[in-house]
Amino acid sequence: MTVVADVMPIEDALAQYDPVMGLEIHVELNTKSKMFCGCPTEFGAEPNTQTCPVCLGLPGALPVVNAVGVESAIKIGLALNCEIAEWCRFARKNYFYPDMPKNFQTSQYDEPIAFNGWTEVVVDGETYRIEIERAHMEEDTGKSLHVGGATGRIQGASHSLVDYNRAGIPLIEIVTKTIEVPGDKAAAVAKALVSQLRDLLLALGVSDVRMDQGSMRCDANVSLKPTGSSTLGTRTETKNVNSFRSVERAITYEITRQAAILSTGGKILQETRHWHEDTGITTSGREKSDADDYRYFPEPDLVPIAPSREWVEEIRATLPEAPSLRRARLQSEWGFTDLEMRDVINGGALEYIVKTVELGVEAPAAKKWWLGELARAANESGKDLGDLGVGPAEVAEVQKLVDSGALNDKLARQVFDGLVKGEGTPAEIMESRGLALVSDDSALIEAIDRAIAANPDVVEKVNSGKPAAAGALIGAVMKDMRGQADAAKVRELLNTKLGI
Amino acid sequence: MSDLTRKTAVELSELMTSGETSSVEITQAHLDRISATDTAVHAFLHVDTEGALAQAAAVDARRAKGEELGPLAGVPLALKDVLTQDGVPTTAGSRILEGWKPPYDSTVVKRLKAAGIVILGKTNMDEFAMGSSTENSAYGPTHNPWDLARIPGGSGGGSSAAISAYQAPLAIGTDTGGSIRQPAAFTGTVGVKPTYGGTSRYGLIALASSLDTPGPCARTTLDAALLHEVIAGHDPMDSTSIDQPIPPIVEAARRGDVNGLRVGVVKELGGEGYQPGVEARFHEAVELLTKLGAEVVEVSCPHFQYALPAYYLILPSEASSNLAKFDAMRFGLRVGDDGENDAEQVMRLTREAGFGDEVKRRIMLGTHALSSGYYDAYYGQAQKVRTLIARDFTNAFEQVDVLVSPATPTTAFAIGDRVNDPIAMYKNDLCTIPSNLAGNAAASFPVGLADEDGLPVGFHVMAPVMRDDLLYQVGAALESALADQWGGVLMSKAPELEVTR
Repeated sequence: MTVVADVMPIEDALAQYDPVMGLEIHVELNTKSKMFCGCPTEFGAEPNTQTCPVCLGLPGALPVVNAVGVESAIKIGLALNCEIAEWCRFARKNYFYPDMPKNFQTSQYDEPIAFNGWTEVVVDGETYRIEIERAHMEEDTGKSLHVGGATGRIQGASHSLVDYNRAGIPLIEIVTKTIEVPGDKAAAVAKALVSQLRDLLLALGVSDVRMDQGSMRCDANVSLKPTGSSTLGTRTETKNVNSFRSVERAITYEITRQAAILSTGGKILQETRHWHEDTGITTSGREKSDADDYRYFPEPDLVPIAPSREWVEEIRATLPEAPSLRRARLQSEWGFTDLEMRDVINGGALEYIVKTVELGVEAPAAKKWWLGELARAANESGKDLGDLGVGPAEVAEVQKLVDSGALNDKLARQVFDGLVKGEGTPAEIMESRGLALVSDDSALIEAIDRAIAANPDVVEKVNSGKPAAAGALIGAVMKDMRGQADAAKVRELLNTKLGI
Repeated sequence: MSDLTRKTAVELSELMTSGETSSVEITQAHLDRISATDTAVHAFLHVDTEGALAQAAAVDARRAKGEELGPLAGVPLALKDVLTQDGVPTTAGSRILEGWKPPYDSTVVKRLKAAGIVILGKTNMDEFAMGSSTENSAYGPTHNPWDLARIPGGSGGGSSAAISAYQAPLAIGTDTGGSIRQPAAFTGTVGVKPTYGGTSRYGLIALASSLDTPGPCARTTLDAALLHEVIAGHDPMDSTSIDQPIPPIVEAARRGDVNGLRVGVVKELGGEGYQPGVEARFHEAVELLTKLGAEVVEVSCPHFQYALPAYYLILPSEASSNLAKFDAMRFGLRVGDDGENDAEQVMRLTREAGFGDEVKRRIMLGTHALSSGYYDAYYGQAQKVRTLIARDFTNAFEQVDVLVSPATPTTAFAIGDRVNDPIAMYKNDLCTIPSNLAGNAAASFPVGLADEDGLPVGFHVMAPVMRDDLLYQVGAALESALADQWGGVLMSKAPELEVTR
């Protein structure tokens, strides 16, 4: 029996095969009510408290389209440079699922509201254009809870409960066309795309985009073809990948898994696969075959949607600046290099710096605090920047104190430490930690006198025509003052004293 | 006092207004009539005695307080069991919904209640409205009060039988391919399929969403018009509901004037396959319209011949999807839930036990017609035919105001006669189906009895979308012209039912 390795090292895999990807990204809209009824959409409510005959699929109930959902769909379509359909319809996608009330999903099929778009992502300084096939509207399903088993999965459970609160929440499904980028970039490009979509959707205000709450979910299609070949391989669809990092890991894993199978003459099954965050692998789900027939047909309970061109243009006019364009603009306004800007973005500090600059702080200074002191504190405590308890207002206040000469950078760092530890406002921390710069000339002069008295050899050097030697005296004064002196002021007073 | 159950809705309303009787008395008289006759007729699946009397008492109280009430306030009505009524069993004639009490009112029921109409109970029907005889009800057939050995038509046989058995003066039906008009023809009553979207489908358990239309059933044209007006009008809960004012139907029913009206006889709906007695009454009625001043011409609708096959692809396709929700998960019957079976097996066992043969047949047909590889050949093609039929109507209505035909090719047939021949059964709806496919308004009015069997014949009138008033204009003209001949409405010629006490 031949022993086959589960996976092939990624470098080897990419030497032999070119990956081809396609992403399907589901986004829950943040409309107040559901897509086809008036039920609220709040996350985390008591099970089945946000339901009605319509979203429960009770006999006789009929859907009515949520206009805000349509508007959000158009916003997303426009932001992805899509064409907006002049006339489109919903369709029924018929299949059985225990938590899908009508046993068909009201979705869009051959007539999506938005299609033929594109977007760009930047990875390692390279720009990649991603073609968007479509963005269509549909409704979410309910959620099953399997009770009585050890794992919470259906296997071994004694019974299942269904919560229909999520059933009928509006979803937009964004489908890319085939993405073919250099293999070593594939997973990173996919990650960057999902991350950029998240930023875009947040900027549009159409979704909370909480991947941890499932309001953004990614299905990744991956197939391999032998390097240089143009024949597409069989693809797998890895479902419900729930973080940016997982998108990257899951795709990398699928490349290594498929390569291992193909290199030994095996065949890839066309199937859905499940991603396991803990072990970092995918496992086989449902086999997809031609028997998967959704029997789509136009939804007869809903009239077609014909968004007027005026409405579409009105929506276009209200779109916020695209995140990628905004970044380019900010970089130029702030005068940051590509590398600096990348650090800012990778450090997750962009929005904090924007707000800090809005409060009157120079961009380099804002960047220095957020990427330096605060990033370090976040890192040490394992928190996000936003959860440190220090906001743009505090940063601006500290910087103001530095600018006014009340603090220097070294002291400011201690103020930040106090802020992170919750010791109060910057002023209170300065007070309680005794951090204020000594601005009293007489105290400084006394310290200078002490330094001169203690270092006659240095004074001698200065007097013999080596003014640079005075630096050692400044150091001594600063040490004497425990850092709480303005070095420039000390130099000025010392120079006067020494007659330089 | 003369028998309250023989009165029309308009007469009952007058009696209540004048204080001669009350809604409670009227309701009780009809409840008594139901208990005396329904063993034989089986028009009702559920009689809501308490609920009806409570509604009646409430209307009497409002009237006593001098509140201004609608023209039908306090009048009893029989409701087809396919429309939801909060807390009242609703089965759509199927085992799969046995015992289900919907937690909400359909829009039709909301409007009936708002108008003070008293709902007596739910009437029998072919399971999920699939059928032309009410023999497909899971709860046994309804019998035609004109001849208990015959079917009352379908799928709304219960509603039409209830009004022809004097169990109620008014009833609500739903018409997907003729389910209001065909039973009306078979029972000698008036049945109207309003313009699609003219009455709300919210709360109507869907058979075929693009075809289903709730409508009124009554013994007279004016009663039907008054009821039609109560249930019609835009409903924001139904996306396909038309947001336009209701046409002047009551006024048309009161006027009943056809002088100068252009009437088109549809060439394709008649001749071979039509019972001689049906044809004879139809032609007499056309002549009568001419006498009354209508201008009658023959009109061709060449695509009507494809209506039946198109309908029997579109209907099962939509039905197969609409019925998917009956899966034993949330309501109705559940079979095999003993811990041995998984969800899909429970669903399979429940459907096996809960759906009747005709329902299964149509689900399979529809599933096949929608499946990939067949969609274009079947469903897609049928939709094209539908467009051509709608175009036939449009062309015809450029030449005439209304189109007419017999409502059905034959009179009511015997129970059991066609149960083993679905195609023969389907052909019953030949005349009525084109209007469902095109969405225009249509109605059946009684125009006499066939010579060979003495059973009622229905006269079919079709009007353009949102011109439902034209139907009533024609119906009322015929009704008043024929009244002398019959000594009242045609129903007065019906044999007395044997009453059990």
